[in-house]
Amino acid sequence: MAATDVPFRILPALTDWNREFWTAGERGELRFWRCGPCGYYLHPPQPICPQCHGKDLAVESVSGRATLASFSVNHQAWMPGPDLPYVVAIVEIVEQPSVRLTTNLVNCAHDAIRIGMPVRVVFEHHADPGGDVWLPLFEPEASA
Amino acid sequence: MTSTANEIIERRACISGIGQSDVGRRLGRDPMELTLDACLGAIEHAGLTVADIDGLSTYPGPMTSPPGFSAAGAYDVMDALRLNVGWYNGGLETSGQLGSVINACLAVASGLANHVLCFRSVFEGSAQGVKGRASSMPGGGGGSFRASGFMEWTLPFSAPSAAIWIAMFAQRHFHEYGTTREQMAWIAINARRNAQVNPKGIYRDPMSMDDYLNARMITTPFCLYDCDVPCDGATAVIVSRIDRARDLRNRPLRVEAVGSAIHGRPSWDQFDDLSTMANRDAGAQLWTRTDLRPSDVQMLQAYDGFSWLTMSWMEALGLCEVGGSGPFIEGGERIARDGILPLNTHGGQLSGGRLHGYGFLHEAAVQMWGEGGERQIPRDVEVGAVAAGGGNTCGCLLLVKE
Repeated sequence: MAATDVPFRILPALTDWNREFWTAGERGELRFWRCGPCGYYLHPPQPICPQCHGKDLAVESVSGRATLASFSVNHQAWMPGPDLPYVVAIVEIVEQPSVRLTTNLVNCAHDAIRIGMPVRVVFEHHADPGGDVWLPLFEPEASA
Repeated sequence: MTSTANEIIERRACISGIGQSDVGRRLGRDPMELTLDACLGAIEHAGLTVADIDGLSTYPGPMTSPPGFSAAGAYDVMDALRLNVGWYNGGLETSGQLGSVINACLAVASGLANHVLCFRSVFEGSAQGVKGRASSMPGGGGGSFRASGFMEWTLPFSAPSAAIWIAMFAQRHFHEYGTTREQMAWIAINARRNAQVNPKGIYRDPMSMDDYLNARMITTPFCLYDCDVPCDGATAVIVSRIDRARDLRNRPLRVEAVGSAIHGRPSWDQFDDLSTMANRDAGAQLWTRTDLRPSDVQMLQAYDGFSWLTMSWMEALGLCEVGGSGPFIEGGERIARDGILPLNTHGGQLSGGRLHGYGFLHEAAVQMWGEGGERQIPRDVEVGAVAAGGGNTCGCLLLVKE
């Protein structure tokens, strides 16, 4: 996505816990903290595994594939942002559907949106003096 | 399922009085004055004096953002009225707006107080001004602001409003159960019909199905009329220990049971079932604490910050089948004032104004005490349900005439 096409976004404050999530898009990767012993993906990040309470955590990449769980076509200009209307969505990552991301569905005609449709990650790069960010957006898996 | 407690101690509590300030879109009045109008009104309505008040509870406590969301905290009112209290409470992290009332019930039941003044006060109408609700969005000023906390996961995707978050729950409900906008419209139309006979109602012009379907879209499936109207106003209720209320002015409205549970993740987008909310758990818990059944409920006053939330509460409280709220409200007869389940008889927040949760409890008491005037439910209401909140912040009460 060319820089001139990037809409205004409020960017996340980067921390040691979330930096990989928000910046691994530079390499085209979607990354989450994961518990070593039990394999549970943690989102949002936290210092112990909520399932086994272990602390042996590491960041791992996932496939970037997900399922559309719900969406809303937003027509209201709440703040500067993408051209109206734009689609806010909740997706569930295929590796662990309990991990959901609120995101935007892009490259999809609004009348073609179907809950349950397979989607894949596409990153939107924001160059910023406070630290570059790559927002994980999603598009239909079927799109070329 | 049975309760783990031997005694349902909230039954030692009752509603003994109610008060409400002037209510308007933008009153331009001192928010603290409105707050105290409601508080003093409730104390007088109960037949008490300020010196009788020995407890205080409020939601959400003092907050400067979003603008107008909280006119006063517990300390503000405690000091303004020079109260001496045995117990007090104010905060956002509880079972919705009514969490502050549930806490008050437990405080009087446990003997920490006899008469708890509970209040909720807003001035969002004036604070947002003519720029409207969008002006209150966090980070709207741009610049170097960066999002953290829950907003970290929503703001970067241009999803700053609960309208969008809840719209996605509604959309999922539509998907799973075939719910339609033509069904959901009846929440808004019913509210408007009731606001027309509420002297404090904010929107009182008639609304037709065509008006609803032609309204501008906010965020699918919500149009303008699915979103409540920011306003100025304060509401107060007195929660009393029931053995201290029997000789007061009003017949006590005993708290039969409360619901405060949340079993899924306390999050909007990580909750396990996107077609329901924490109200699922609060509603189910309520019925473990009483021998009454959903079929005993004669009136529902349920939160409509967005119209679909009321439908969600109807299902959570078992007042219709899960997924069946759309067909239940269709046509509006069942939820009308003379229907089998009169609903939001003051106009809700959609047309009555966003008094934020407490308006529903106030209206339940109005109806059960027969003070509804032109909007009074024609039959006597002995059992009423009150519910408020959405997402991860939900609470409910079942009231019975003692």
